[in-house]
Amino acid sequence: MAVRFSEAMGRRLIAGVPTLWLLLLFLIPFIIVFRISFSEVRLAIPPYTPLLSWHHGAPHLEVHWSAYSFLFTDPMYVSSYLYSLKVAAVSTLCCLLIGYPMALRIARSGEATRPLLLMLIVLPFWTSFLLRVYAWIGLLKNNGVINNTLLSLGVIDHPLSLLQTDFAVYIGIVYSYLPFMILPLYANLEKHDPALLEAAADLGARPWRAFLSITLPQSLPGIAAGSLLVFIPAVGEYVIPTLLGRPDQLMIGRVLSDEFFENRDWPVASAVAILILLLLIVPIMLFQRVERRQLEAEP
Amino acid sequence: MSAQSTPAAAPAAAATPDGDYVRIRDVSKKFGDFTAVDRVSLDIRRGEIFCLLGGSGSGKTTLLRMLAGFETPTAGRIEIDGQDLSRVPPYERPVNMMFQSYALFPHMSVEKNVAFGLEQERLGRDAIRRQVGEILEIVKMSGYGARKPHQLSGGQRQRVALARALVKRPKLLLLDEPLAALDRKLREHTQFELLNIQQHLGVTFIVVTHDQEEAMTLGTRLGVMNHGRIVQVGTPSDIYESPASRFVADFIGSVNLFEGRVLANGADGLCITSADLGCTVRAERATGSEHGATVWTAIRPEKIQIARTPAAPAEGAQDENRVMGTVKEIAYMGDMSIYLVRLDSGSMLRVTLPNVLRGAERPIAREERVWLSWHGSSPVVLTE
Repeated sequence: MAVRFSEAMGRRLIAGVPTLWLLLLFLIPFIIVFRISFSEVRLAIPPYTPLLSWHHGAPHLEVHWSAYSFLFTDPMYVSSYLYSLKVAAVSTLCCLLIGYPMALRIARSGEATRPLLLMLIVLPFWTSFLLRVYAWIGLLKNNGVINNTLLSLGVIDHPLSLLQTDFAVYIGIVYSYLPFMILPLYANLEKHDPALLEAAADLGARPWRAFLSITLPQSLPGIAAGSLLVFIPAVGEYVIPTLLGRPDQLMIGRVLSDEFFENRDWPVASAVAILILLLLIVPIMLFQRVERRQLEAEP
Repeated sequence: MSAQSTPAAAPAAAATPDGDYVRIRDVSKKFGDFTAVDRVSLDIRRGEIFCLLGGSGSGKTTLLRMLAGFETPTAGRIEIDGQDLSRVPPYERPVNMMFQSYALFPHMSVEKNVAFGLEQERLGRDAIRRQVGEILEIVKMSGYGARKPHQLSGGQRQRVALARALVKRPKLLLLDEPLAALDRKLREHTQFELLNIQQHLGVTFIVVTHDQEEAMTLGTRLGVMNHGRIVQVGTPSDIYESPASRFVADFIGSVNLFEGRVLANGADGLCITSADLGCTVRAERATGSEHGATVWTAIRPEKIQIARTPAAPAEGAQDENRVMGTVKEIAYMGDMSIYLVRLDSGSMLRVTLPNVLRGAERPIAREERVWLSWHGSSPVVLTE
């Protein structure tokens, strides 16, 4: 009895720690943000109206939609959302197109070289993220490495404006997030049974056909996981577009930060955050559906 | 052997139409310094089931993979039906394979798995559906077309794998340990079914297995492999009753092997003395060994009689082909019993006896003194 009791306790503890973690560090902050998004800004500490107040001894619920309605009156917000989604989607696609062949190559390389190749993928993480993005400024700016090289080679006669463009943002995001695409893809591709490809070849499928009908469909969960890991942080990306991007077109992460720190408008900043979350729920649900279907197919 | 002698030439000529359906000529495969397959030559006849039998690392799987096209021979030629296939990629060979793991596509239904090969040929929808239906009928999986592989039992997966490999009507079907993943009861059943299907479709089978029982029951002919070479080719009974070497004798079934020296070489066979065995062996069917040569005598456990009283020696014969010992272990297997007998020379001898009678009155017990004897046709004399 005692053994069983402590086993049950242990199990509850193991399940309980992550639950507590999510509760304290995710759910409660989310509720706070959610609550602030339904208030109005005021000059006080804290700088927003309370949701619940007492009027003549009776509780009074004060719900304001103004933060949300404000987001749709100024086209800057909508355009920032759309721009963020576009940048994230294009970057994810680029990461997938670059990362898939790399992951496949690593997964199919020899046992001895695999750890080395994986190490090379992870290696950039040893340097500060901020530093690596700054390094891109040095590469892309008008008198930076790329322009100077091209000028001295005589390929161009005046510097290309690379910095503060969409192109620079894509480079920054793809460069920074590529490992997040490669690693889950590798984890998936590495598990594939090589006999399946042999079976496909044996049945008459040329290598490209075998890839399309065997490898690709089986790697869908890896594609979904990698894409999500790139897409979600890319939507809210703040540092890269701020350092490398256009000054006239903000991404939503920058908008959020400006609302919070520059305008001190907590309700609008919270509403921006809640809307990002709503936008991201769609791809997460799609991912879970792919995941579930794959689990069903597993032997 | 001289090729011009008439008796040797006659069967070769008779076998020509079928005899060289699959021709493997001096095929070798090296992986770095390791020679997996070493100058193998084999002829396989149309419509037969040829079993490649060998332990792990004997090169049987590498040979099979070269036939499928997954490995390219380092040297030699592989021909099927007169066509040289040595450099043809797997997807262009008229050969299909049933994988040991079955390698069913997990994301496709049974029907899709079976149809995959036909789809590569760009056949029409209706033709594909008809042929898939037919082959699923043959392997008795008609009702399971919509299932995914993970919803099937091991035996059912095996049938689907077979159907998928057969649906293209290959000239040659390769089977890699086809029954290894099945439990014992199912194996026996599947074995006979495999034979039925093979006879029904007339496809030539090459089966790779490490299981001698599987090889004996499935194969019309067997090729025993060791260290990358074919050490003996023959029918199951050839290989069992007349093994060519100690390796084959020991690998197929169990055997008692004793070193000895040839005493006499006459018309009535060889006379061999063996200190290990402690008696003289007369091997009626053996010839060719020189007087004084060192040879090995192989006697199968089921060919030895065990009794409390000595068997009467054959007329005119001296005291040979019989020896005394003490029973040390008895293993009751139900259908038969295995006796381990320590001979007076100190060697151990293995004897199997079918349990013909129910509840025999006074069965031989442990530590009992017994006489062991065998017929003069039983010993096989081996020189290598």
